[in-house]
Amino acid sequence: MSILPKTSRREFLKLATTAGGGLLLGFYWNDTAAGAAHVVSNVSLTPDDITFNSYLSIAPDGIVTILSPNPELGQNIKTSFPMIVAEELDADWSKVKVLQAALDTRKFERQVTGGSGAIPHSWERLRKAGASARQMLLEAAAKRWQVATDTLTTSQGVVTHAASKRNATYGELAAEAGKLSVPATVTLKDKKDFTLIGQAIRNVDNHEIVTGKPLYGLDFYREGMLFAVIQRPRAFGTKIKSVDAAAAKAMPGIVDVVTFRNNVAVVGKSTWLVNKARQVLKIEYEPDGARESTTDHDKFFKTLLDTSEATVRRKDGDVDAAFKQAATVITREYQCPFLPHAPLEPMNFFAHVREEGVELVGPTQTPEMARTETAKLLGIPAEKITLELTRLGGGFGRRLKADYVLEAAELSSIIKAPVKVVWMREDDMMGGSYRPAVRYRFSAALNDQGEMIGYKLRGVGINAGNCTREDNFPSGAVDNVLIDSVEHKSPITTGAWRAPITNFLAFAEQAFIDEVARAAKKDPVQFRLSLLDKAKRTPTGAVKYDVDRMKAVIQLAAEKSGWGRKPKISQGFSVYFSHRSYVAQVAEVSMKNGKPVLQKIHAAADCGIVVNLSGANQQVRGGIVDGLGHAFFGNLTFNGGAVEQKNFNTYKLIRMKDVPEIDVHFVNNGMDPTGLGEPALPPTGGAVANAFFAATGKRFYNQPFDKQQDAIPQANIDRM
Amino acid sequence: MAQYTLNINGKSYQADVDADTPLLWVLRDTLGLVGTKYGCGIAQCGACTVHLNGNAVRSCTLPVSAVRAGKVVTIEGLSEKGDHPVQAAWNEIDVAQCGYCQAGQIMSAAAFLSKNPKPTTEQIDTAMQGNICRCGTYHRIREAVTLAAAKLNP
Repeated sequence: MSILPKTSRREFLKLATTAGGGLLLGFYWNDTAAGAAHVVSNVSLTPDDITFNSYLSIAPDGIVTILSPNPELGQNIKTSFPMIVAEELDADWSKVKVLQAALDTRKFERQVTGGSGAIPHSWERLRKAGASARQMLLEAAAKRWQVATDTLTTSQGVVTHAASKRNATYGELAAEAGKLSVPATVTLKDKKDFTLIGQAIRNVDNHEIVTGKPLYGLDFYREGMLFAVIQRPRAFGTKIKSVDAAAAKAMPGIVDVVTFRNNVAVVGKSTWLVNKARQVLKIEYEPDGARESTTDHDKFFKTLLDTSEATVRRKDGDVDAAFKQAATVITREYQCPFLPHAPLEPMNFFAHVREEGVELVGPTQTPEMARTETAKLLGIPAEKITLELTRLGGGFGRRLKADYVLEAAELSSIIKAPVKVVWMREDDMMGGSYRPAVRYRFSAALNDQGEMIGYKLRGVGINAGNCTREDNFPSGAVDNVLIDSVEHKSPITTGAWRAPITNFLAFAEQAFIDEVARAAKKDPVQFRLSLLDKAKRTPTGAVKYDVDRMKAVIQLAAEKSGWGRKPKISQGFSVYFSHRSYVAQVAEVSMKNGKPVLQKIHAAADCGIVVNLSGANQQVRGGIVDGLGHAFFGNLTFNGGAVEQKNFNTYKLIRMKDVPEIDVHFVNNGMDPTGLGEPALPPTGGAVANAFFAATGKRFYNQPFDKQQDAIPQANIDRM
Repeated sequence: MAQYTLNINGKSYQADVDADTPLLWVLRDTLGLVGTKYGCGIAQCGACTVHLNGNAVRSCTLPVSAVRAGKVVTIEGLSEKGDHPVQAAWNEIDVAQCGYCQAGQIMSAAAFLSKNPKPTTEQIDTAMQGNICRCGTYHRIREAVTLAAAKLNP
């Protein structure tokens, strides 16, 4: 996966700022940034490749190599980023090769996978990268043929001068074009002229994936590398008191046992041997804070829902007055447990710390932060650290933390050897950074017309920060609003989990609004649309969502699902705006042998322009499956600070037979694209819970659902 | 430690490992065949699925000493050029998201289709129930198995 030419010592320094976007089109390398040898396979640039800017190079044979800087964890960025560059370049996609770029803050910005932010952040700069190279190719052809640039056209990697019937491929022009200066301004395509963007383009790594090529961090191997597993405290709120590693050290294949911080690392010749030796470690732990159980958390929730010391997040109008004059008041509570991320590839990282420099290789969503924190830990300048990205076997937010990178770096610095730290599944489940457990209390005040005149939300979370999203709908559509939150601090570590906070909050909000609509004797879709009309007509406070875009997805989902027009099917609705995108969903449940069965989910998404129809479609379906699985089954509980579900035999993940049919529709309104890695997940729980209520009259208030009723989702196996 | 001679993807390999070492770790750490993935270590997720004498097995719980003269096929050996009908279907349907589980999914599907070349959707679902896809590509897995079956029965 070396991304640098192996023999060429050319030094490029092409820095240019284009008008408007402030795009850095420069590309730079020097002799010290030598590419290292890697086992993880990929194509590399050859010395003949002519580099046009940070993202793209063209070889004489016409092969266009596009670097994809952001971590790929299944959101398909490694395909969609290059598509955007190739679109403006007018490249022949069949001649495009994609390389995963290493961390390079000189060439790229925001090499982060998180917040569904990559596409909106990079959309314009990727387009400009493609367009500026195209411009240079046009100028090279114009010069060669002595014609005006504007008499030339491009298509599929060929420049054409129609009048003289002359053609030249990009490969033929690359050497000349590469010598030209980077244009100061470029014209981007009219969106209606897109030929690649919006198509269903297959994952560029498909062949490597289906043939089992080494792509992932866990696959990385370096000659002479050692393997390590780390025994971390088995319970939160404890620390090491004493370590007896004699027996472990005596096991075959063990090179060393090292204790640092709260870790006991067993280092040796293979994953199996170090994990076996770990079993005979004798470690005593002592208290280091509270050793909390799930039953304790339930008590905290009860107390803190009524505390007078909450942080006010949003206050509009006079909530107390509104509730006093209400004709109807509805109050409901919703609770979710902690969740592990459980990416199928557990945490791991390779580190080689040496005097002359540090090499890090592995799966991370935030390479720059991982490098910065490693530099701080080791007390060295960040420039002395290289970080190479492997493909990530899932992330879901877990790999936004650098703890597992730092452990590897620290261990390598202690043992003075290249080492790959591997987390076994149990380590991964017990290792913290969970989705926080949260409980919400919602109240709505309705007047005698069934209009919502007051809205209250109290959120209590365990290490959840602000567990509300105070500007979410229906804020802005209700005159009197009070939203506040309380946080309980716990030794159990938490972190971002795909669609942080909203992964559960959306369920609670959308289940609650369904109940309020029914109390107001209104259709749940009409009820939402009326509120949105009010937010548009007479907004209260800030309205942070786009009313028209939200209405559009609601209407599309209602239309595609035949909302309210299927007498034999019970439907449930939800709509959510998160991470800049809008998604509405309709879930359908029917009774089979007296049991509710989830048959289908219709989704309508507005992410602006759809970049890759295949990737986008699967992002929405995958997000729904993820939302469904965790709403029904996800449950991580604690006893005395220790996780009770340590592997997939006790922690249930959704499987094939649990998955209903899912239909995906895009608004595709021509607006600049926004992300899709997260937005389809939050609405799912609400749509499904509302559909189960419509079918059974029973409400789900807590997750996981399967702990409340015997209703479990089942595929309608007759559907195909 | 003991010396084991293993027949993997039609080739003979030597591995000097403990008798209780799961085939998975022999493949990955000793022989460098890392296409077979570790996911759970307790035969729950299916990421480590390989073929032993044509049957899909979980290599994470199969001790190397139990393999004996059995013929092992891993994802690297499913086809020479990566064009086994199941692999081709996986590519055409564009199944993978993160891709980590897919080698195991493909090996499960290939073994299943070799025994049941014309499955119903229900049979496909049952056959693939043991393989977890954390990204949730189940619809495409089902479509790809269906397509692969069609390719196998032209």
